[in-house]
Amino acid sequence: MTLIKKLWIGIGVLILLSPIGLILPDWFKAGAAWGEWGAEEMQELVGYIPQGLEKLSSLWNAPLPDYAFQGWEERGLAHLSIAYIFSAVVGIAVTVGIVFAIGKFLVRRED
Amino acid sequence: MHIPDGYLSPATCGIFYVVMVPIWTMASKIAQKTLKARQVPLLAIGAAFSFVIMMFNVPIPGGSTGHAVGGVLIAILLGPWAACIAITVALVVQALLFGDGGITAIGANCFNMAFVLPFVGYYTYRLISGSSSSTSNRRVIAAAIAAYLGINCAALAAGIEFGIQPSLFHTANGQALYCPYSLNIAVPAMLGEHLLIFGWIEVIVTALVVKYFQKQDSILQKGEEL
Repeated sequence: MTLIKKLWIGIGVLILLSPIGLILPDWFKAGAAWGEWGAEEMQELVGYIPQGLEKLSSLWNAPLPDYAFQGWEERGLAHLSIAYIFSAVVGIAVTVGIVFAIGKFLVRRED
Repeated sequence: MHIPDGYLSPATCGIFYVVMVPIWTMASKIAQKTLKARQVPLLAIGAAFSFVIMMFNVPIPGGSTGHAVGGVLIAILLGPWAACIAITVALVVQALLFGDGGITAIGANCFNMAFVLPFVGYYTYRLISGSSSSTSNRRVIAAAIAAYLGINCAALAAGIEFGIQPSLFHTANGQALYCPYSLNIAVPAMLGEHLLIFGWIEVIVTALVVKYFQKQDSILQKGEEL
């Protein structure tokens, strides 16, 4: 097996294991990353929502917010894990597609 | 370390887009000169690796979460400019499809994670590994130190970007308009958690994969980076 093939398998394994990155923070009751709080959390932290932050924070509606389906916020970890894996597959497929497109565009013809 | 929309002022965001344009231009020029067709799959794997490793959130019990970026590893294997391209693609997809990192903050996030991180990591690795053989343990140690320095410099940069907001952008009565935490809170928070915890994930991931590559028909051995 070529090295490249082994590495792709490695990526596949990481995708399947990715819900660990969802489940561990839940088990250890860890919140958002520092500086990545939502508006309500900000209200709790500093007692107000900074005006500019409030305006800009809803600027973009991602199709798979936080690597889950829209409206799945209240679902359990099992559902969220499936959405997480699905998100990883979609995200990596798009990422890889873009890199190949860039590669095609940039690569030298000789060799 | 994915700064969301609203934490940095539009002016700050604009500056980082302006800073990143020549870096992205340079990266594509260098890739155009040196990228070989058979290296493209490895670049794609690098971007995929960075994407998925950033999904492995590691908790500080009762506190916040963080993650590795995998970018120092890509820089060691393919060079810092290729790493910049791969991480940028991963970050843009994360922002647009998953709302992980703001779209206004793509410039700043790419500066931290796709520029500072791989470049600090790469030159640290080169400096420490020196002329040692490609399979030497010194290279693994160099990779580990490079990973630690790279991610912590990126965290420091993010901490500074957060921390300068409240004194620059506030209402007449002193309420912050964007990130409300100043440098004396933001920098110790961002840097501290990466120095203590998340940086070590980057170290482990980087050192393990470099060790793995040393045992394989190695790209490291051929020294075919971009």
